[in-house]
Amino acid sequence: MTRKITYQQAINEALAQEMRRDPTVVVFGEDVAGGMGTDQEKDAWGGVLGVTKGLWPEFPDRVLDTPISESAYIGAAAGAASAGLRPVAELMFVDFMGVCFDQIFNQAAKFRYMFGGKAETPMVIRTMYGAGIRAASQHSQSLYPLFTHIPGLKVVLPSTPYDAKGLLIQAIRDNDPVIFFEHKVLYTMQGEVPEEAYVVPFGEAAVVREGDDVTIVALGRMVHMAAEAADTLAAEGVSCEVIDPRTTSPLDEETILESVERTGRLVVVDEAGPRCGMAADIASLVATRAFEFLRAPIRTVTPPHTPVPFSPVLEDVYVPDAACVTEAVRSVTVRQFT
Amino acid sequence: MTADLQAASDVLTRQDLLRYYRVMRTVREFEERLHIEFATGEIPGFVHLYAGEEAIAAGVCANLRDDDYIASTHRGHGHAIAKGCDVRGMMAEIYGKATGICRGKGGSMHIADLAVGMLGANGIVGGGPPLVCGVGLKARVTGTDQVAVSFTGDGGSNQGTFLESLNLAAVWNLPTIFVVENNGYAEATSPMFHQAGIEIAKRADGFGLPGAVVDGHDFFAVYEATREAVERARSGGGPSLIECKVLRYYGHFEGDQQTYRDPDEVPDARANKDCLLLFERRVTGDGLVGADELRAIDGEIATLIDEAVAEAKRAPEPALDAVLADVYVSY
Ligand SMILES: Cc1ncc(C[n+]2csc(CCOP(=O)(O)OP(=O)(O)O)c2C)c(N)n1
Repeated sequence: MTRKITYQQAINEALAQEMRRDPTVVVFGEDVAGGMGTDQEKDAWGGVLGVTKGLWPEFPDRVLDTPISESAYIGAAAGAASAGLRPVAELMFVDFMGVCFDQIFNQAAKFRYMFGGKAETPMVIRTMYGAGIRAASQHSQSLYPLFTHIPGLKVVLPSTPYDAKGLLIQAIRDNDPVIFFEHKVLYTMQGEVPEEAYVVPFGEAAVVREGDDVTIVALGRMVHMAAEAADTLAAEGVSCEVIDPRTTSPLDEETILESVERTGRLVVVDEAGPRCGMAADIASLVATRAFEFLRAPIRTVTPPHTPVPFSPVLEDVYVPDAACVTEAVRSVTVRQFT
Repeated sequence: MTADLQAASDVLTRQDLLRYYRVMRTVREFEERLHIEFATGEIPGFVHLYAGEEAIAAGVCANLRDDDYIASTHRGHGHAIAKGCDVRGMMAEIYGKATGICRGKGGSMHIADLAVGMLGANGIVGGGPPLVCGVGLKARVTGTDQVAVSFTGDGGSNQGTFLESLNLAAVWNLPTIFVVENNGYAEATSPMFHQAGIEIAKRADGFGLPGAVVDGHDFFAVYEATREAVERARSGGGPSLIECKVLRYYGHFEGDQQTYRDPDEVPDARANKDCLLLFERRVTGDGLVGADELRAIDGEIATLIDEAVAEAKRAPEPALDAVLADVYVSY
């Protein structure tokens, strides 16, 4: 049965269903129960935005609030995973990752390789990313390229409620450390989601729109900017193929390369910064592996190389929108190699 | 007269008392007004209010000079005002305007002004304590008698950075003071679920530094504890930890329904433990200042905040090219 629910509900449902199915799944983080001890409330916060609401009453022993001690509890997730639990740790905002990065990139990410393939670290870190709510420089970053850079970590970026549920279930069942990026602006987005549990495999891009003239690869929230641009351009007679990689590690290189081989043009749209980011990485993939198919220069659409500003007017010029994508596509359809 | 007021009145003049009352009243008025204005939807982003905790910022900063430093938290308005940041510039910053104290780039959570020793509110819990160790090191290396104070919540005191900083400050004998504002919650989670041990102040024992617990609603108690710690730090005696027990009047952030809280808690605190009330009772009861003098200050502050809000609303937005400015130093 499929019905419409929000991205946030899809995540909550994935957690609840996996906890019911598998008694080794535990959920912890700051305020994930939150106020559970107060007399008048049987279930209080469920995290700052209520994403884990309802889990504590059903699984009081497997939903744990943590101190504000990210090194300790993210590291505990790695240790617990090594010993046989399937922890889902919530790191409220990805911006706080700086506090506990060692436990992720030197510990969790390295175990399987460093221990000769004999270790499993089936842990998930759910975290919130992205600009758009006037949360300023320390609560708005899109840091997924940092994690994509590190071998051993899987990096997931759902752009729809359907993908959020299926990718999170895959993440929980996956035997590697997975960083699961939830865009704060997408939480209220509605979409069709099956009631039963299902998985969306890692490393398989979604072709969101099919088209012949230009390939647009867009990530996370930017998938919606790209789709909107594709609609505008369709009315002008430009046919865009919009690809959502869904996971940046592993990255579905084949779908991207095959598409560019057909369209001969590439625009990459990414909310992460331009330097050493996903847009640069995907542009380089195509430039090195499909150069002979290109009929125009590759264009990337990203924010500028600055921190995220607080002021609403500045934040709005910082984040790429559909108009930026439309403009970039027009520029590659006009300029052509001879 | 109680003992600590006795001690305080030895050093505090009438002018001092009026000045500290003014600081607390300014913070309160600033916060109460933000609570109202936030509800209109005109203020962007998150706002974490400090109302109820004013005696801590005022009592600590009363002992600091302009060239001393503080590092603050996400709940930083009170610290900023007490350290001397411009109130109008702060209000404009919270509205994201070009005239803001950080030119609209930082907002409520990042208010800073190095010129008055305010090293910044901080969006990262536990971000401040290591920074003040650095300020302490500067004082030691250059031979000044500056001191540096970090403010941290009960929640933040569980952060590794906090405990690492206590140790570093002790090992390096730095002129630093670690103030913990224990307001009973870390967001929605009470210390029952996040705090092991009897008292946060006791953690100081493990690092061999003095730790004190004071009533954070009582300006004089905070003032005295800080005075002692500042004297120790300035004279080469090293770091201290002060835990202030207090309550916050509003939610973790504006918009928080506070379902995790006993509904009687705040009305009771406002009626019986309010820092402004306690301060007024004591200074007027002891005949140190007149209630009319305090009311005159209240009037001036109300006008100041009215003007600050009106100015902030009228102020221009930042120019769009400001988005690229100040990433690096420009030559
Ligand atoms: C490193 C980090 N982890 C988590 C958060 C999210 N967060 C912001 S405020 C807060 C609670 C802080 O509680 P406390 O230190 O007691 O200060 P209070 O809000 O009570 O003043 C949390 C968890 C953060 N901003 N930074």
